[in-house]
Amino acid sequence: MSDRVSLRTFVVLVEDVPGVLNRVASLFRRRNFNIESLSVGKSHEPGISRMTIVVRGDDRMGRLVEANLYKVVDVVRVDDITHRPNVSRDIALVRVRATPADRAAILQVCSVFRARVVDVALDSMMIECTGTEDKIRGLVTLLEPFGVLEMVQAGSIAMTRGASAQSASAQSDAVEIDSGDDDDVDLTDEAA
Amino acid sequence: MDGSDPSTEVKRGAEAMWEALVAEGVEVVFGYPGGCIMPAYDVMPRYPVRHILCRHEQGAAHMADGYARVSGKVGVAIATSGPGATNLVTGIATAMLDSIPVVFITGQVPSKFIGTDAFQETDITGVTIPITKHNYLVTRAEEVYPILREAFELARSGRPGPVVVDITKDALQNVCAPVAPKPATSSKRPSRAKRGLAPSKPISEHDLDRAAALIASAQRPVILAGHGIVRSGSTELVTQLVEKCDIPVGLTLLGLGGFPATHPHALGMMGMHGEAWVNQAIQEADLLIALGMRFDDRVTGNLATYAKNAKKIHVEIDPAEVDKNVRVDVALIGDLKEVLERLLPRVADKKHAAWNAALGAKRAEVAPIDIVNTPHDGRLFAAHVMHDLYRLTEGKAVVVTDVGQHQMWEAQYYKHDHPRGLVTSGGLGTMGFALPAGIGAAFAAKEKEVWIIAGDGGFQMTAAELSTCVQDGIKVNVAIINNGYLGMVRQWQELFYGGRYVATPIVSPDFVKLADAHGLPGMRVTKREEIPAAVAAARATDKTFVVEFRVEAEDAVYPMVPAGADLHDMIRRPSKNNGGAK
Ligand SMILES: Cc1ncc(C[n+]2csc(CCOP(=O)(O)OP(=O)(O)O)c2C)c(N)n1
Repeated sequence: MSDRVSLRTFVVLVEDVPGVLNRVASLFRRRNFNIESLSVGKSHEPGISRMTIVVRGDDRMGRLVEANLYKVVDVVRVDDITHRPNVSRDIALVRVRATPADRAAILQVCSVFRARVVDVALDSMMIECTGTEDKIRGLVTLLEPFGVLEMVQAGSIAMTRGASAQSASAQSDAVEIDSGDDDDVDLTDEAA
Repeated sequence: MDGSDPSTEVKRGAEAMWEALVAEGVEVVFGYPGGCIMPAYDVMPRYPVRHILCRHEQGAAHMADGYARVSGKVGVAIATSGPGATNLVTGIATAMLDSIPVVFITGQVPSKFIGTDAFQETDITGVTIPITKHNYLVTRAEEVYPILREAFELARSGRPGPVVVDITKDALQNVCAPVAPKPATSSKRPSRAKRGLAPSKPISEHDLDRAAALIASAQRPVILAGHGIVRSGSTELVTQLVEKCDIPVGLTLLGLGGFPATHPHALGMMGMHGEAWVNQAIQEADLLIALGMRFDDRVTGNLATYAKNAKKIHVEIDPAEVDKNVRVDVALIGDLKEVLERLLPRVADKKHAAWNAALGAKRAEVAPIDIVNTPHDGRLFAAHVMHDLYRLTEGKAVVVTDVGQHQMWEAQYYKHDHPRGLVTSGGLGTMGFALPAGIGAAFAAKEKEVWIIAGDGGFQMTAAELSTCVQDGIKVNVAIINNGYLGMVRQWQELFYGGRYVATPIVSPDFVKLADAHGLPGMRVTKREEIPAAVAAARATDKTFVVEFRVEAEDAVYPMVPAGADLHDMIRRPSKNNGGAK
């Protein structure tokens, strides 16, 4: 356990009831925990939503975040997966200025990052990119010279690797498969 | 109501509401009617629950809180939507910060109007998220009964606290269709009512052994006794631990009474206005055993210098409190009573003769200029009042204080030997708390006399509740400590703001005439020798009795740790020749 401040990722299962996001967000504000990212959506269980919350803090803060989250009655389960093998993904849409002359170069950048072009207009393109924060930042850095017109990024979603994602004891021996999972290959350096 | 499953009967939501309260054993509710809650009031006379009409919903909230603190049960306050509900807010926050179980029931506009800024609509669930353990918006009659039952369980379980149940007018008016009993909840998850705290792992033998080992090896241990002792009913067990291991005890404000003040091991109150020897003991300790307390900044002072050489054992029901302010060596997370039951057999008898003797010497050396025993020169000090009240009531009264200097003097000079004998707003420090909380306390402390002690400032905040005493025949004794100032703030101005008394001199009505205007008896006391007669007169009547004590205007509470200063860095009582006054 360290006092080092780092990003910490929590997977939080909550009852799918009105106001639950408000309660969780209110807790973070009241306790002065700084949210880096929060995303919420469906889980595999009916009636249960799943939040992925990323905060910046040390281990003590991590424990306090977890203990405080449990005080929200609608919270069913909290897992701090920071120190467990996990896959974490962000998604971003980027609209970039694209003159006919630049298109080929942009497409090439996209292919290095395995980003997809999802819309093309006369003088711009919209690109979808999924991956780690780093990867998205890398892509955007390379697109900037063309002129980024608009960008949106959603909060991280995360899941532990292995058979039973929900069980803390299930730090399974499952082989970490990276084949085809391009996003775990850090492309930022080679691309930048 | 009894036996039959209420969920299968046809009835209105309002009836379901009262049935839930009756099923919870509620005997008294405090409230104020209005449009959206009217259906509930309409059917109320059919149920064996007494209703006390407050004069302001804040009063109802504090009454329910005071009732809960003294009875150990869940208090109930009722208000209408909008302004009724928002008037509860200070009382809800007060209960939250002191972990008091209260269920607040508020009316809400009919569900079809929600979100339209309808007349008297407020999003009270939104407003109260940060100051409740949990809250509910109930929009269907069928939900009224089960949600109220869950609300009660939540309020009293784990770390207790306030729960708001906001019920729409249509949910109160509509008929509940008979519903089949709910299927048992899946065993995979804890029931909702069990939640609200992290599922703490059972306390391991290993951790108990570590705690016992720390206790065995300590040379200078101190027990920090907090509110959790009162709430969990652990006075007996704490006393056993203290006597077995010969450990001195410092108390938090809300811990007062949790361990008997007259016990030889009781050091007294710690913290900002604690006695110097208690704070010094903590700073010199090599082991702190924190029992049901949360290291509030008012008891620790500067965290960087707090008990630096002490190992720390923290027994606490709320995992979110552990390591929050002070990092601890052993955390025992769970019900204090259970923890002590398991810990006691593991600790060996021990003597700390040298340590206790050293503390005793320090105590003698820095003993307060004992204002209560110095010959008085005609001036009346608040300390006189507290000490004489203690003596005359033999320490047996339930004392309900407001917030300010008098609150600290009460804590210093009234010796509390019994749990639930002191009712005070510790966490939020809510002025205006005392009179209404005392009214609630009077319902719980049926066999005891209740003394309300308030400053001239705070009393005026909720003085209208005197009418409540009249209308509902409530007997409390009110002591107003009138120093002509918002005393505690004046003291800070004196010490830290160059003596500029801005907005702290306060004019008051003639409190005896105010009582008289309510048809209540009262007396004014300006000399110490008049105290016994006034107390006797108050006790002799079954009406609420108001005593105004005109005390020294510019007296200050000492000792004092300035906010944020080191705990041992105290401003001591001034020298003897001015009798403790400035
Ligand atoms: C509702 C509220 N407003 C303001 C304060 C700040 N405050 C704390 S003590 C105090 C003065 C209290 O004066 P008084 O009631 O006369 O009691 P005394 O200190 O003189 O005993 C004030 C204004 C508070 N605690 N609560």
